[in-house]
Amino acid sequence: MKTLEAYLTRDNLIAAGLALFVLLTLLILFWRSRRGGEKEPEILDPRERLRHALGKTRGGLLDAIRKTFRGKIDEEVIGSLEEILLAADIGVATTDALLEGLKAAYRKGEIQSQAQVLDYLKAHLKEKLGGAGGKLNMAEKPPTVILVCGVNGCGKTTSIAKLTYYFAQQGKKVLLCASDTFRAAAVDQLNTWADRLGVAITRGQQGADPASVAHDAHEKALKGGFDVLIVDTAGRLHNDKNLMRELEKIARVGKKHVPDSPHEVLLVLDATTGQNAIRQAEAFTEAIQVTGIVLAKLDGTAKGGMIVPIREELGIPVKFVGLGERPTDLAPFDADTFVEGMFS
Amino acid sequence: MFDSLSDSFQGAFDRLFSGGKLTAQNIDEGLREVRKALLEADVSVSVVKEFIANVKESAVGQLQVEGVDPSQQIVKIVSDELVRLMGPIDTRIKINNERPTVIMMVGLQGSGKTTTTGKLAKYLVEKKKKKPLLVAADLQRPAAIEQLHVLGESLGVPVYSEQPGEKKKGLTGLFSRQTRAAEVCRNGIKHAENSGRNVVILDTAGRLHIDDELMKELEDVKKLTKPDNIFLVCDAMTGQDAVHSAKQFNDRMAIDGVILTKLDGDTRGGAALSIKAVTGKTIKFIGTGEKLDRLEEFHPERMASRILGMGDIVTLVEKAQEVVSQKEAEKSATRLISGKWNFEDFLGQLQAVKKMGPLKQLLGMIPGMGSMLKQVEFTGDELKPVEAIINSMTRKERRNPELLSGRTGGSRRRRIARGSGTTVQEVNLIVKQFKAMKRMMGELGRVGDLGSLMTPGGIENALPQLPGGKALLRARSRGPKPKRNKNKNKRKNKRKRARR
Repeated sequence: MKTLEAYLTRDNLIAAGLALFVLLTLLILFWRSRRGGEKEPEILDPRERLRHALGKTRGGLLDAIRKTFRGKIDEEVIGSLEEILLAADIGVATTDALLEGLKAAYRKGEIQSQAQVLDYLKAHLKEKLGGAGGKLNMAEKPPTVILVCGVNGCGKTTSIAKLTYYFAQQGKKVLLCASDTFRAAAVDQLNTWADRLGVAITRGQQGADPASVAHDAHEKALKGGFDVLIVDTAGRLHNDKNLMRELEKIARVGKKHVPDSPHEVLLVLDATTGQNAIRQAEAFTEAIQVTGIVLAKLDGTAKGGMIVPIREELGIPVKFVGLGERPTDLAPFDADTFVEGMFS
Repeated sequence: MFDSLSDSFQGAFDRLFSGGKLTAQNIDEGLREVRKALLEADVSVSVVKEFIANVKESAVGQLQVEGVDPSQQIVKIVSDELVRLMGPIDTRIKINNERPTVIMMVGLQGSGKTTTTGKLAKYLVEKKKKKPLLVAADLQRPAAIEQLHVLGESLGVPVYSEQPGEKKKGLTGLFSRQTRAAEVCRNGIKHAENSGRNVVILDTAGRLHIDDELMKELEDVKKLTKPDNIFLVCDAMTGQDAVHSAKQFNDRMAIDGVILTKLDGDTRGGAALSIKAVTGKTIKFIGTGEKLDRLEEFHPERMASRILGMGDIVTLVEKAQEVVSQKEAEKSATRLISGKWNFEDFLGQLQAVKKMGPLKQLLGMIPGMGSMLKQVEFTGDELKPVEAIINSMTRKERRNPELLSGRTGGSRRRRIARGSGTTVQEVNLIVKQFKAMKRMMGELGRVGDLGSLMTPGGIENALPQLPGGKALLRARSRGPKPKRNKNKNKRKNKRKRARR
């Protein structure tokens, strides 16, 4: 029988060490996957994801209504409802109008139960918001030109990455135009996305005239037989008249190449923004007739209710919602799910 | 036009005191307006509730004080409460004497962290004589590292970064439980120690506060680097969600202060109230523009007076002091008063004003101007033609403005108009206004009462004599703010026009 010492050869030690190493690695991997496994499962259906994102509730306001509602609409019930609506960033005017309507319906005897109270509000909101989710205006003859604008930090570039993915999935040939030549490294950011998604890009130098970059991109889109051209623009605060004029210029330059362009002007709004979003929509649409909204960052706790007054006052519909940072995190806007989420 | 908190407040107070007397009933009515104004300014519902309750309590308690104008009283109560909620002033940055001071920047995506990091670095270099190092710890967003490098380069401040993909090799890499971001930060601090930098600013990745995984990464960074200051960067345009995100960040990171960004937009501080109320942490700085020098110390009483539409002379004077030295100011004042003021002085002052910031922002700080500015559209180019006209004058003309007046100056004015690409009318106007200004300043100088400008009505009386002042007044006399539906019609018309 060999002594123990005989096993302690150099080779055996290395082998034992390796085995231990492998074992530990497996353990770590297992532990990590366990930890990862606690994460919520991936949801693929966009409607489901929207519901999920909006379902992040902020506590028992609805419970408050349940408790206070005893077949009667009184100050207390109105107060709770008001709080829900205001907390969703719907704004004072729209909230007042909704609640006035509710009171009138109650006086007419149309509302007798707590469920009817909520149904009334939901139905009205859904009616206001519906109809345009996911529908983009496409050019009869390609390329379709989509201009994307918004204030600083609202999520323009990420939203463009998502739209690019959305079109690429449909087999469309996409060209990106990096017109944000102002912010440091903004062009690089879009370029990284173009690389990752495998689409073409026209880029300008830092500080170059954004309209000239747009000019080049339109030319390339026509010559290269692209289906969709998405133009990224620099973030700008809507009260900066000069920058708003620059935006008009970008749109004008595009028209020279593609007369009916831009086919879509998408305004990206940060869902966490409050009533200032209305001013943004107003100013941007005054400069370049916004055709639709991409509501970004809706995966937080913000409810994005300011889109209600925007739709009411300016008639601009929400077309897509952003639900995360990955290119797949884009869902067509769905009024039903959105409104349900507001009351969750 | 937008309804800022100050406008709404003014509306509320106008209505509240139209009857002259303060009763329990019109306190309630007035406070309803105040409540609405706060909500429209995006102050959180719960904070508004508390605010109104406090104001009401103070107002009712103080009603017995006789001989004090009740309207002044309630304005003071509301303003005091705003200042109390947003104060105290505290722009300190904790300095570590043993090792480089570490400042960690956190915030939601798109709140302006990276730009603010650059601004803070500039502030530390110029105002605090520090030697900062920037660390690119945002490994999530594409090109965030490049962005910081570009900023660092333009500031002449070094930037530490590592390739995002680079993983530690071998056993240490496998067993390391720290996230990459935390490692980069730790290495950055080491780098600062070795290269003699005394402040390190960590630019972390933006995230949604509910994202647990990314929140953990931030906690890792905190654990490993033990920052002396954690600043939450927050978008001033944030709505009701401001309380939630600020609370989350504060609960998990124990932040030391807040930096409020994008205040150059037309939003008005609603988030400031909410964040301060819910975290109890001071607002240290505010960002007022994309350029890197647009970082200002936060002063609650200035913010409150801005909110209440009472102007902000202090900031205006401070801004002026930054671009004009005391000596220069004295020199030009003497020339003004002695009647020796000429177009060269005027040009110098124009350029100083340009350096101070956008005209609209500056004018908005003058008491009483806020409501006038609503009617005027500012492009930021208002001063350009004036400058062009003065630049097209010969040196002789600039030094002797009389050459341009009267009949004899006609051909000179025509030449200047051609040279500056303006019209003779515009040149005439500038010459006329220049003379009026000179006369007015001379008079003011004789009376020795520049202070009268700052009294109520003082601005209105002086305005017609200032360049562009008449236009402002005309715009103002057009009457009350246009109603929203009027705007709508205008928009419709525009659309119609476009269709044609």
